Amino acid sequence: MNTSFGTRMIGALLLSATTTLAGWDIGTPLPNLTRFKLEGVLPSTTGKVLLIDFWASWCAPCKASFPALNSLQKDYGDKGFLVLAVNQDKTGEALATILTGHSAIYTTVRDSENKLVAEADVASMPSSYLVDRSGRIRYLHRGFHGEKTLAQYRKEIEILLNEKNRGAP
Amino acid sequence: MKYSILFLGLGIMLLGTLSGCRTVQPWERGTLSDYTMRPDRDPLTDSFREHVYFTREAAAGGRGVGGGGCGCN
Repeated sequence: MNTSFGTRMIGALLLSATTTLAGWDIGTPLPNLTRFKLEGVLPSTTGKVLLIDFWASWCAPCKASFPALNSLQKDYGDKGFLVLAVNQDKTGEALATILTGHSAIYTTVRDSENKLVAEADVASMPSSYLVDRSGRIRYLHRGFHGEKTLAQYRKEIEILLNEKNRGAP
Repeated sequence: MKYSILFLGLGIMLLGTLSGCRTVQPWERGTLSDYTMRPDRDPLTDSFREHVYFTREAAAGGRGVGGGGCGCN
């Protein structure tokens, strides 16, 4: 009985460790973003196809992706698509400097405590997640590779926009 | 004996926490990607080092490995 208890305890500890390390993956429901204390105004994401992009000012490919994100927001914004850029800079000044030189038409919030990015457990910067209308993560992208990534984004966004709402997860 | 497996498992997990190593997460690499982290940021110092290295080792070069960086993409 005691041995069984011990074995179960070890199993529970290992399971909890594994669960803690697990990040967002395809099929994972998007958590409620309001509980991560993000700096900035969160837009309403209900019923929308959402692209969450994790980036930082010190990340060159992240900055290279800005025009692509702008074009996606411009082309699909009126069809129920939303880009949410989540900045990981330690200070608001770094973010402000970047945004001054870049006229983003999408929403940017700052994850100053890195809580959201830690929950997502991104493997590289930038990383982005495409969420369907029902709030489930459907595609993930690691890094930004110019036109190749942009074309992939467009293909996936059009698939998600053409889908009927599957219902809340 | 009954608790030995439990204690062994807990002991191993505790030992793991004693390690001084820590993985720098992708979103924590801002400092590593700073210009000051580049080993070749000062050309003059670089040439001094290269001269000393050549004098001591009778060899030169082999410094193509990058240091720091954000590891993006």
